[in-house]
Amino acid sequence: MTRVHDMGGRFGDGPVHPEPEDAPVFAEDWHGRALAVTLAAGSLGKWNIDVSRHARERLSPKDYARFSYYEKWISGLADLLVETGVLTDEDLRGETDGDKHPLASRVLKSDAVAKVLASGGPADRPSNVRVKFEPGQKVVTARQSANRLVDGGHTRLPRYAAGARGRILMMHGTHVLPDSNAHRLGEAPEPLYAVVFPASELWSNPEHPKDEVVLDLWQSYLEPA
Amino acid sequence: MPHDDHDHPHALLPPDPALRVKALETILTRKGLIDPAALDEIIDTYQNKIGPQNGARVVAKAWTDPEFKSALMKDATAVVAELGYYGRQGEHMVVVENTPEQHNMVVCTLCSCYPWPLLGIPPGWYKSDAYRARAVREPRKVLADFGVTLPDSSSVRVWDSTAEVRYLVLPLRPAGTDGLTEDELAALVTRDSMIGTGLPKVPS
Repeated sequence: MTRVHDMGGRFGDGPVHPEPEDAPVFAEDWHGRALAVTLAAGSLGKWNIDVSRHARERLSPKDYARFSYYEKWISGLADLLVETGVLTDEDLRGETDGDKHPLASRVLKSDAVAKVLASGGPADRPSNVRVKFEPGQKVVTARQSANRLVDGGHTRLPRYAAGARGRILMMHGTHVLPDSNAHRLGEAPEPLYAVVFPASELWSNPEHPKDEVVLDLWQSYLEPA
Repeated sequence: MPHDDHDHPHALLPPDPALRVKALETILTRKGLIDPAALDEIIDTYQNKIGPQNGARVVAKAWTDPEFKSALMKDATAVVAELGYYGRQGEHMVVVENTPEQHNMVVCTLCSCYPWPLLGIPPGWYKSDAYRARAVREPRKVLADFGVTLPDSSSVRVWDSTAEVRYLVLPLRPAGTDGLTEDELAALVTRDSMIGTGLPKVPS
């Protein structure tokens, strides 16, 4: 069983409302601030991208549904800062003073921003896990989309693609396994594949017989079909 | 551990989102954990420097230079990095090409993964529940929300960005554009055409 963020295929959300191409990048000033605070706090080095994704997914279903996009970011960030011991509840309540923090030496300075954003954080790693599949091979995904290491933990197999039969389309190399990395259990890199599924394998009423959906899936999500 | 606390710390901050961001920024700044000038720099980068104009340049070049296109389809990460487009949320790039028989469309159902170095920060609709929920199940109805209708002879392939691989759609070059320069072609390439929810503009 996954969480509220896993919404692919869900009914009832109504139409998509596209903004014009020239709409502002940040609809409100605080959207940009929320993004920037989150990226800057990442430089403190207390979490990885999978931990931070999972922090947003762990918002209660009620909060996840009612929060706008950047509200999820800022709330997930506040939760992470307390969980990792960077801040305390008292800090968030504004009850403490502004003494220099022991992590202040890691602060992201403005002259380092361009370099940090440009260097990114690649997710490919060498791995000893044997490559089991090759393009063209038929596979089936795990019957349930669930983290097998931590109950209720982070995983990247969406519910709509659980137990589905598809075909390996391409091999992406070996990548960090989010199911492990999100819980600080190590990067556990393993082969990652693009897997293509006929829409008819995923939906009871596909729109067109030739339509397909491709997902990037780790080897441990897959079995030969 | 999943930490399913019922009292999430974020509830200690002001409920209004703008005030919540401001409060957290103030707390972190007072402790020396963030530098407000760095925040300005990050915002300026994504507001003014990195955006869909980068992706449009890649597409226009692929339309005009067969060797570039062939290299791009084989190893997009290396090829776009040579143009200076590399960085956060673009570490592993794959370009998928539209043909008369197959239309490609990109989504991230689990969050909002998007190729930042080539397209910038995703638009609001890309991050909306409606797009995330519907794009995989009924892409043609979603395309209709964008005013796009595909012929029945074309299949749709939807890419759900579930890993750190980021996808860019290479749209079909519009008819009547022979002889246009790369810059003129780039001006026809819309952001939505590189996500697959739109088509390039046609020359007037």
